[in-house]
Amino acid sequence: MKIVVAVKQVAALDEEFELIEDGVGVDADYLEWDVNEWDTFSLEAALQLRDDAGGEGDEVVVVTVGDEEAEEGLLSCLAKGADRAVRVWDEELEGADVLAVARTLAALVQREAPDLVLCGVQSSDAVNGATGTALAGYLDLPRVAVVTQLDWDAASGTATVHRELEGGVIEVLRIQAPALLTIQTGINEPRYATLRAIKQAREKPLKVIGLDDLGLDPAVVQAAAGSRTVALATPDRGAGAEMLNGSPAAVAARIVEIVNERMSG
Amino acid sequence: MSGILVLAETRRGELRDVSLELVSAAREVKESAGGRLTVAVIGADAEVFAGDLAAEDVDEVLTVSAPTEQFEAHVWQRALGALIESEQPALVLLGHTIDSIGFAPAVAARAGLGFGTDVTAISWADGPRARRGAYGDKLVAELEFPGKECTLLTVRPGIFPVAAGSGSAPRRPMLVDLDGAARTEHVEYLDVAAGDVDITKAEFLLSIGRGVEDKDNIPRFEELAEKFGATLSVSRPLVDAGWMPSARQVGQSGKTVKPRVYLALGISGAVQHLAGMRTADTIIAVNTDPEAPIFGVAHYGAVADLFEVADELEQALG
Repeated sequence: MKIVVAVKQVAALDEEFELIEDGVGVDADYLEWDVNEWDTFSLEAALQLRDDAGGEGDEVVVVTVGDEEAEEGLLSCLAKGADRAVRVWDEELEGADVLAVARTLAALVQREAPDLVLCGVQSSDAVNGATGTALAGYLDLPRVAVVTQLDWDAASGTATVHRELEGGVIEVLRIQAPALLTIQTGINEPRYATLRAIKQAREKPLKVIGLDDLGLDPAVVQAAAGSRTVALATPDRGAGAEMLNGSPAAVAARIVEIVNERMSG
Repeated sequence: MSGILVLAETRRGELRDVSLELVSAAREVKESAGGRLTVAVIGADAEVFAGDLAAEDVDEVLTVSAPTEQFEAHVWQRALGALIESEQPALVLLGHTIDSIGFAPAVAARAGLGFGTDVTAISWADGPRARRGAYGDKLVAELEFPGKECTLLTVRPGIFPVAAGSGSAPRRPMLVDLDGAARTEHVEYLDVAAGDVDITKAEFLLSIGRGVEDKDNIPRFEELAEKFGATLSVSRPLVDAGWMPSARQVGQSGKTVKPRVYLALGISGAVQHLAGMRTADTIIAVNTDPEAPIFGVAHYGAVADLFEVADELEQALG
């Protein structure tokens, strides 16, 4: 069985950061990069499915749209056990929105023709919750979003999944492969890579390709884009919280005071 | 293209609150957008909800009969695609909900729409503009949708008020061929968050999150909660890690709570968590990160180490 896992290298803001002056974005010096937390769960789900299948041709292919920052993330996926990785990048993709990224991934996934495509439910930086479902839309693949349990029946090529709804309710449903699933945190326990595996990851195939290689016209990707970010600012927190200052003891004393006052009223 | 199309959301025979919140959001830009405000509802029982959706300023309620008993992402995708094609709205509003996540992005992708998610404010300046969080809500981004005649936005639940006042919008059943559209098979619903404790009934919740760092630290907070007369609740990462049962989870996928006091220790306040506790009477938050979004909804905040504060709380409570 062949599984494509789409991952994203996400940016987290340092506690102190600066916005770039002429343009829309955060000064890159203040960003820390890491593999999206959700994607560590989708990768683990894929690795488990592959290992359970246990056949010769079974593979997990990790794909991403991103610049060199994403390289490290792909290497960590390879170290954890993915068989190969593909990174798509082009200048045209700078600042690409979620639909432009999904359109690009669609061209790539189409070439791979996997049995399953797994994505994280959302990324921790953009929090759209849209890449997977948009990708399925472009590929006309059936999909289930926000999956918290996945049971694969190899004989029928069917997945029985739990879809996590609001308020602690689960919908159990069945879907026939080829299909796409977006994976929620907590579905499994993502593995850590051993030091040896981290070293060996560099020996695994990691291909970097451009839109050209996918036969994708940059104009098509641009037309797919659903939005443009025109401004980025720190939020107006309104009145905000009244900050309790002082030593931990002083903070604790105030908390006890506030709680007692509110609970007795 | 003109006007606004709102898609209501129902589940297991109930209209979800976000539906009438979307009507409020639409009303804010209706005048500047021009055109009609249409509310659509899809489902086997769509007609049942038409009356509730005929809020003030709604011009028409469209009902689309679905062949599946439950929400089915591919059926809804086809139905919404057909609604957009026939109504030609300039703006389409859905809730940013689990159901929407399963089909709205596909509709936007297939039809080449303008697209924004988890939107918290909408304005109009020669077309829609939307505001949403960035970098996990630490920043706010302003979005435009250049070159798009129709834009689909999913709106964060709990931001806009539930539209009140009933109007007299006529209803119109719309026929869409949805046979064969379903591509998943519903098996059953499970109510998984039932447990020995009902945190929605607690008046005082002491809630812990990722900041507790280790499973071994949890008993100490259980003891602290007991000393304090509080019920212990948690944010999602502790449930994901298997350290705490989901019955204790506050947030979108857990419980929505409204205690008199919500004391959050080591919870940064992801939007999904805030959705479950932002209406608590008094929110006190302790976190080491001064930019943590939880301080945006808290009434009292302290930038401090939760273990140090917990030490002192234990002392103070004797």
